[in-house]
Amino acid sequence: MSDLADLSVGGAAAGLRAGEFTAVELLEAVHRRAAVTEAELHAYLTIDRDGAARAAVAADSALRAADDPGPLLGIPVALKDNMVTRGVETTCSSKILSGYRPPYDGTAVSRLRAGGAVIFGKTNLDEFAMGSSTENSAYGPTRNPWDPERVPGGSSGGSAAAVAAGSAMIAYGSDTGGSIRQPAALCGIVGVKPTYGLVSRYGLIAFASSLDQIGPLTRTVEDAVAALEVVGGHDPADSTSYPGSFPDMRSGLEAGVSGLRIGVVAELNGAGIDPAVQAAVDETVAGLERAGATVVPVSLPSVAYALSAYYLIAPAECSANLARFDGVRYGLRRHGETVEEMMSTTRGEGFGPEVTRRILLGTYALSAGYYDAFYGQAQRVRTLIIQDFADAYEQADVLVSPTSPTTAFPLGARTEDPLSMYLSDVCTIPSNMSGDPAISVPVGVDENGLPVGFQIMAPALGEPVMMRVAAEVERQAGFTARARLATSEVG
Amino acid sequence: MTWETVIGIETHVELTTASKMFCGCPVDFGAPPNTNVCPVCLGLPGALPVVNGRAVEYAMTIGLALNCSIAPHSVFARKNYFYPDMPKNYQISQYDEPLCVAGHLDVDTDGEVARIGITRVHMEEDTGKSTHVGDGGRIQAASHSLLDFNRAGVPLMEIVSEPDLRSPEQARAFVAELRGVILRLGVSDAKLEEGSMRFDANVSLRPSGSTEFGTKVEVKNMNSLRSLQRALEHEVERQQALLDAGEPVVQETRHWNEDAGTTSGMRSKEEAFDYRYFPEPDLVPVEVDDAWRERVAGALPELPAQARARYASAGLDPVAADLVSRDPAAGTIFEEATAAGADAQTVANWLTGEVTALLRRQDLSLEQSGVTGAGLAELAEMVDDGRLSASAAKEVLAGVVAGEGNPESIAAERDLIQVSDVSALEPVVEEVLAANPDAVAKLHEGDGKVIGFLIGQVMRATGGKADPAAVTAILRGKSA
Ligand SMILES: [Zn+2]
Repeated sequence: MSDLADLSVGGAAAGLRAGEFTAVELLEAVHRRAAVTEAELHAYLTIDRDGAARAAVAADSALRAADDPGPLLGIPVALKDNMVTRGVETTCSSKILSGYRPPYDGTAVSRLRAGGAVIFGKTNLDEFAMGSSTENSAYGPTRNPWDPERVPGGSSGGSAAAVAAGSAMIAYGSDTGGSIRQPAALCGIVGVKPTYGLVSRYGLIAFASSLDQIGPLTRTVEDAVAALEVVGGHDPADSTSYPGSFPDMRSGLEAGVSGLRIGVVAELNGAGIDPAVQAAVDETVAGLERAGATVVPVSLPSVAYALSAYYLIAPAECSANLARFDGVRYGLRRHGETVEEMMSTTRGEGFGPEVTRRILLGTYALSAGYYDAFYGQAQRVRTLIIQDFADAYEQADVLVSPTSPTTAFPLGARTEDPLSMYLSDVCTIPSNMSGDPAISVPVGVDENGLPVGFQIMAPALGEPVMMRVAAEVERQAGFTARARLATSEVG
Repeated sequence: MTWETVIGIETHVELTTASKMFCGCPVDFGAPPNTNVCPVCLGLPGALPVVNGRAVEYAMTIGLALNCSIAPHSVFARKNYFYPDMPKNYQISQYDEPLCVAGHLDVDTDGEVARIGITRVHMEEDTGKSTHVGDGGRIQAASHSLLDFNRAGVPLMEIVSEPDLRSPEQARAFVAELRGVILRLGVSDAKLEEGSMRFDANVSLRPSGSTEFGTKVEVKNMNSLRSLQRALEHEVERQQALLDAGEPVVQETRHWNEDAGTTSGMRSKEEAFDYRYFPEPDLVPVEVDDAWRERVAGALPELPAQARARYASAGLDPVAADLVSRDPAAGTIFEEATAAGADAQTVANWLTGEVTALLRRQDLSLEQSGVTGAGLAELAEMVDDGRLSASAAKEVLAGVVAGEGNPESIAAERDLIQVSDVSALEPVVEEVLAANPDAVAKLHEGDGKVIGFLIGQVMRATGGKADPAAVTAILRGKSA
């Protein structure tokens, strides 16, 4: 490997322990990469030079002392800028949190620090994680390292672009309706939305509490497992955190798929999917069959309503979650003659159009007289979706589909039409509604050389079988193509 | 036309748990502003609530004491509205699935007992405290406001009564009894003036005999039992005058002004908030199994009604029984004093009369005063022994309340011990008789009135310290 920035987590961890390079050198390699790629990509909102340098030095002394907290020791990691970091600006890509430095670390962040990870910076996102292209950032869009004229997907677009470009070895994102998996697919990397409750949400700035989940974006399935192991597991500070023990995702990675039943979801394949994407997906399914899996067709009839229900539940929750941004205690404050005027002016100027649209939509959906027809009905749909998944998992161990109906689309292509943007998440939203885990694995490229993501869904806490299938898909696909911008050469 | 008054009361009680409803910050009302705060109770981005199990237990205790059913499954909801002292701009509360439902509390008003329905008891979090600086303390005219979030997130119980109360007096008795229950349970200090117990009342009138409700008005800002009764009396009169004049009552919220003795309108129904309640997605439902409920039920202390019945059967008058059954501090002192041999009614009379008056004058609570069960027992014994007159006892009691020491030392200090020893009084009586031969003659003639004169002379000669009863006995012996 010519450039340390391109190493996998496993490769870097081995090199650090073998004394081939230091954590400080690894960090320098990532800095060099970022210096080149950031000019074009804008994956990062903040690079914490001092904090990262201190962490790398500490990692090197831990290595020398053989005081080894695990595989993320000394690994440069990026965090989506909706994960709160003590003393480091955390904006959610919103003007309303401009300059906000939280006084505490979220649980995932403190577990990363305890694991010796080097927190390199905070990545760009659609404002408050609302969007599928990272164009809804108050600080400008992130571009796709495969083609800078195209979007990286979203909302964790900065995290996906950083990992694909080599300006982070691992990035964490949040997935409310596909915000990890869809950008991972569009950037040719692995993205995991774990089971709801497997990673603590304490310190994740909420978009839609019942759907949000933190997860990793990595270059390999094994890296994703390592990244999840460090941040996952029960947290008493999050009442919705899964109280049981953390599932073993590692031991099945080499097991293959022989004997497993792969369910191809009728409603998420075929119609509405770009032919090149569907072809890559079909080929992957065929490969799994060749490897000994049984392929079964399954149906999730209620997912036809998933998008509509999602766009009631998520905005309803967000309308309350974002109420606290009022200019009273932190972030942006605009002057007003009365408290009401101060709050409404602050919020009017602080939130971008998509966030405003969703707050209004959610406020309406919860209003007296409309609650039952909108929010109530959406919750009933959600129950049906959960039931559909339960039925499907009677017939199959995992379910598969494309991650995104299309590959990366050009900047600006969908910004004028929110509905077309919302359709980007049609394959990913169902797993958020059910709370089940899902992963996107890169399996090929389309006619423009843009990566295609393959989605594997599993029942709640089914990460072991999901990762087992994902590892097989990764081996079969042999996806070695690299993003054009993944280079430290000044071009 | 005659009108029937219909009143329902919503009571808020701050619990005295060690920590707040959804975080580990201490519940401590005396702390400097914004010192008992954390990311959770400040509503900082990313922070999440976790239910305080002890607060749930306290809420169950209240529900069980009010004969409610405890829901095996209850749900927190978000109540959405913007206010600067509410950190998240929503309050976590319970809405359509509260912890406790369908209870009752029996209320005795002048011997007439009414069963008042309790609709629900639910858990929520308190807000912070705003201090509006400049111009009357109202937010609209203030130059700026100061926010203290120490109170934000303190566990708050809302207790909602059915509209079963039929007079302001009964409403007052209900709140007094409810407060007694809360105090006996030890779950709140229930201080009305300091706001750890607050109440709002819904008032309407309807033609006597009607079963339909009239238009209700919510009355707020009463911070004592007396102001509750006054505010309700005023509101009933106001509505009656409107109805008698054929004018409608407007559904609205009215603010009681204690100094003016009137209510004024705050907002009408048209401007009422839509709170957009929905289930709190950051919390899981509260599950209470039979074992937990039974453990809490089994640990309930004696409630005021039970204590009152016990005292009444021991012969205590109702006023005294009310005080010592509702106020745990008074109850404890009473129990200790009577256990030490003091007469129950005497002790109860002191507590309801002199002690209550002295505490009010000095703005002290019973706990802050020097009154103890042992002290009152000692005082009662001194009266029984004739060493203190009834009036001297009251003077000693004032010293006890002020914490000057035990009754014996206070009485000695103030030179209040009276002489009832016959051998000590006999020579004085002889002297008085010798000095008043005319009176002695009348005494022997059987003139009863003269005995009062002679007692007065003896009292004068002893500087008021002679026991009048003992002097009378000696004089009667002389006249026989
Ligand atoms: Zn707190």
